[in-house]
Amino acid sequence: MEYQPPPFFKRGPAPLALLTLYVAIAVTLLVLDARLHTLELLRQTIGTLTHPLQVAAQQPLRLLEGIGERLQSASVTQDELARVRREHLERSAEVLRTQQLEAENTHLRELLGLAKREEMAARAASVVRTARDPFSLRIVVDKGTQDDVVAGQPVIDDKGVVGQVTRVFPFVSEVTLITDKDQAVPVQIVRNGLRSVVFGTGGGRLELRFLPASADVQEGDILVTSGLDGVFLPGIPVAKIERIESDSVYAFARIHCVPTAGVENFSEVMLLAPRKANALPAELGENGRQPPGERQTRARKKHASAE
Amino acid sequence: MQTTFTSSRILLPVKPWFIVLSLFVALVLNFLPTAEWPWIPDWVALTLIFWSVRESRRVGMGWGFFLGLVMDVADSSLLGQHALAYVLATYLASALSKRILWFPLMSQALYVLPLLILVQLIQVAVRIIAGANFPGLEYFVSPLIGALLWLPLTYALLLPQYQPVERDANRPI
Repeated sequence: MEYQPPPFFKRGPAPLALLTLYVAIAVTLLVLDARLHTLELLRQTIGTLTHPLQVAAQQPLRLLEGIGERLQSASVTQDELARVRREHLERSAEVLRTQQLEAENTHLRELLGLAKREEMAARAASVVRTARDPFSLRIVVDKGTQDDVVAGQPVIDDKGVVGQVTRVFPFVSEVTLITDKDQAVPVQIVRNGLRSVVFGTGGGRLELRFLPASADVQEGDILVTSGLDGVFLPGIPVAKIERIESDSVYAFARIHCVPTAGVENFSEVMLLAPRKANALPAELGENGRQPPGERQTRARKKHASAE
Repeated sequence: MQTTFTSSRILLPVKPWFIVLSLFVALVLNFLPTAEWPWIPDWVALTLIFWSVRESRRVGMGWGFFLGLVMDVADSSLLGQHALAYVLATYLASALSKRILWFPLMSQALYVLPLLILVQLIQVAVRIIAGANFPGLEYFVSPLIGALLWLPLTYALLLPQYQPVERDANRPI
């Protein structure tokens, strides 16, 4: 054994060795997270531990908003209150009528022997912040597993679909907006019932893909959810067709849409309760069963391989 | 320790709790809801680079990795994306620290700028490999702002180490 004198200064491992170690760990984490999605537990732990800090960071902004509201003059507040009361009154007539229509609809469906429409349950959540990640469009809302939020829940605002819950932490959850590049929503054109899928393009726009150039699509058409995905209830407004470019070079028309909801600009959203998975026919058995939240991913994968 | 190696002003030794506090404050600054303003600098990267230049023994890749993971979760980016960028930046900063400290502060900022750009570049590369779109050139404005902030940041973070100037004719320095 060769004798080595003790080092004068304790410096730990060589920097290059440490660098190699850390880079190796980071790359492993990246691959595990991007390809296998197996690090949710680690993410949950760090997210929960840093939650108080994140709440603390929100406080200055809240305080500023609070001061702004307090400085607002009484007359403005009165006006706003009057407006809200008026709107509430107008809405309440609509709500009463809707309730009556719903009862009538159930009754008629029973008479016709059709399946019952699924009921809509929703709860409000306020948007805490927009995620700082510039590569994906996500918002963070203030409801988490503590409030029984699960991944895959649809999120809407008062005008239409906003997105879908993609990650749930104990106190907050992340919502991927429909304008995100990785988000797809099955839709139906109100005017003629034509079904398709709308994809986010980033930059606050959506695109209706894979419709032939000869399809019956017009500018100004309203798209609503078709409900075929088993995630979104049918009939919720999603987007409005803004521009159609049909080029004879391509088989498909390029159809640009604007979201109807205030996507990327809101403070309160509604989380819809997850839809119950429909029982599959017996011949498909257990093998064909997929939880409703994963169906869209599967569709997306298919789409990715087609490209 | 001196403000730069060429200056004659001698600083008090740094207090470890102040380093931790400053990194903590930087983390809270990064948690502020500033997603609408992409030009806001990455405070954690800036503070990490600052301390790995000034005190490369105390703040190194371990801090970079840990804070990177926290930022990954907070920004809901891929786990390891910030960690990788911060680890490489702190390594280069501490490797260059002996050289950087010979320069006046404005020239130091020119050394820091490429490091901050590297932090952004690594993240862009990682995300593009993972399948994201290029976020646009405004993503690279924040390193410029960060480099401009190097001078005020140095004064702010070295403030607790300044000692009162006592003129003493009998003392050599």
